[in-house]
Amino acid sequence: MEKIVLPEIKDYHLIDVYIKNGGYESAKKAFTFSTDEIIDQVKKSGLRGRGGAAFLAGLKWSFMPKSSDKPKYLCINGDESEPGSFKDRQIFEYNPHQLIEGILITAYAIQANTCYIYIRGEYHKWIKLLQKALDDAYSNGLVGEKMKDTFGIGFCTNIYIHKGAGAYICGEESSLMNSIEGQRGYPRVKPPFPAQNGLWGCPTTINNVETITNVPPIIKNGWEWFSKIGEPKHPGTILYGLSGHINKPGIYELPSGTLLTDLIYKYGGGVPGDKKVLCVIPGGSSMPPLRGDQIEGVKMDAESLKAYGTAIGTGGVIVMDEDTDLVKILARIAKFYYHESCGQCTPCREGTGWMLKILNRLVSGEGSVKDLDLLVSVANNIEGNTICALGEAAAWPVKFMITRFRDYFEKRVSSENILPVRNKVHSMRNTAISIDTEQN
Amino acid sequence: MEFKFSEANNKNIKDILGKYPVKKAAVMPVLYLAQEQNGYISNEVMLEISNVLEMTPEDVLGVVTFYTMYHQSPVGKNHIQVCTNVSCMLRGGYEIYDTVREKLGISNGQVTQDMKFSLEEVECMGSCGTAPMIAVNEDYYENLTKEQVINILESLK
Ligand SMILES: Cc1cc2nc3c(=O)[nH]c(=O)nc-3n(C[C@H](O)[C@H](O)[C@H](O)COP(=O)(O)O)c2cc1C
Ligand code: SF4
Ligand code: FES
Repeated sequence: MEKIVLPEIKDYHLIDVYIKNGGYESAKKAFTFSTDEIIDQVKKSGLRGRGGAAFLAGLKWSFMPKSSDKPKYLCINGDESEPGSFKDRQIFEYNPHQLIEGILITAYAIQANTCYIYIRGEYHKWIKLLQKALDDAYSNGLVGEKMKDTFGIGFCTNIYIHKGAGAYICGEESSLMNSIEGQRGYPRVKPPFPAQNGLWGCPTTINNVETITNVPPIIKNGWEWFSKIGEPKHPGTILYGLSGHINKPGIYELPSGTLLTDLIYKYGGGVPGDKKVLCVIPGGSSMPPLRGDQIEGVKMDAESLKAYGTAIGTGGVIVMDEDTDLVKILARIAKFYYHESCGQCTPCREGTGWMLKILNRLVSGEGSVKDLDLLVSVANNIEGNTICALGEAAAWPVKFMITRFRDYFEKRVSSENILPVRNKVHSMRNTAISIDTEQN
Repeated sequence: MEFKFSEANNKNIKDILGKYPVKKAAVMPVLYLAQEQNGYISNEVMLEISNVLEMTPEDVLGVVTFYTMYHQSPVGKNHIQVCTNVSCMLRGGYEIYDTVREKLGISNGQVTQDMKFSLEEVECMGSCGTAPMIAVNEDYYENLTKEQVINILESLK
């Protein structure tokens, strides 16, 4: 199988090797097209965003105003903080020039003269690696003012890395823009959308690192070629991440629509100790989990997963074996969203805290069946009532883990706690001691 | 203690300002420079940055408190970060965390008395495929066992 995003070529991250293998030729080719032609080709290729929402890349670009007296911006999202996701760092390390070339083509297509690559602050090493590649591209005249001469065009763009500082929410596109502007990373109310009102109020496009790294091969080989790889409605390869209880964890570049069972057993070498799969989260911790007995025949692409009541997200597959304590796992996931909620919206700020509290109660064996309903109700009240999609990201795992593993959770609460809810008032009295010991 | 940027950093700030259309946007990278020079972000640091970037000190404080990687008090010479999020948890992240806690005798957010170590339980670091992991200052250590963690900590003493 051909690798598009992470080709297996030795030292491909070095500019000389990249150029020797036809690197930056796609940009040269792209610059002979009009901007509309490029947008049209990417639209027809069917390339969808790899950052979580799987939105059509070409369509997004077409929202950018053609004429504007304001500067236009391109932001590349390398915040990569969704638990279970570790794909963009492979691109920074092993194929940085294809990302840079993709940026040149995209920036040209939307006529953006400035591009910011937002990378999570913890990725010090990968920021340095990408900066080195960027410096090499600059000194070869491929980026910035000099690219006008190199490519013989009237267009140029500058590319800068903006380092995050430890906030998952900054991966959300409007929060990311506020962060670049030097503000607290609060998501913005939409509309207005970034294409109209983005960075400093100017037209802005935001795309994920992997999305943009797909662009040069599409220009080079044509949109028909790309549209025929994998699933027609979500074509191309996907960088699937395998983690958790799996023999060979890692990133696997495979055609979209690869079977989940193939990912786990054929590529990932199965579950350690040949244990059964209890639960799989298919696209990073925000996505609705699947039961182990639900994964047969499940294809890994946006449309197929939607049919199974979940989503492709970042393609980060987290596998849990039959001995996993799902209550503890869910409590840990809830802790993450509680910690990362920016606090602007009441349902998200308060709801994530309540869900964590209730789940901690379940972990300590003090929960009741009523708590399960309460959790689902809190989750339902967050969903759809917030400024940004972190609300859903926090609600979905709780809601779907509990509804899909209801039997499991009921067993957990009933075996460990016979009283529906421990009566806190009565437990202060002497009589309660006998009740407690009787019941336990 | 008054804070002033070093000569070298003044030059760095000039370079950073060239990347953005407005001064305020430089606040995150400039905070990193200050943290590197001063060890942590003190009130004096924030005041100086507010002067340099023509922001209110409150706006600088707002940024500092939003992001977890800016420290408002000194951290240890070796700042140990342990990921305990799902993928790490499934591969022993909490055992690694407990090992570090026991070995250093401090809990989350604390610094050892000799200022050599500090500990932070962190969220997913993007090492899920090479879990469990710790980071020491800027460096990642992945695919760890308890024994390896103990060795790493001992090598840092
Ligand atoms: C809470 C939250 C966190 C997100 N984190 C990321 C991220 O780390 N990287 C990313 O590319 N997109 C992330 N997204 C999605 C972005 O908002 C945006 O849709 C995406 O970057 C667009 O790029 P694409 O169309 O190429 O996928 C996040 C969204 C939310 C709601
Ligand atoms: S949904 Fe949560 S993270 Fe998003 S803006 Fe509201 S409070 Fe902030
Ligand atoms: S969960 Fe620990 S690095 Fe991702």
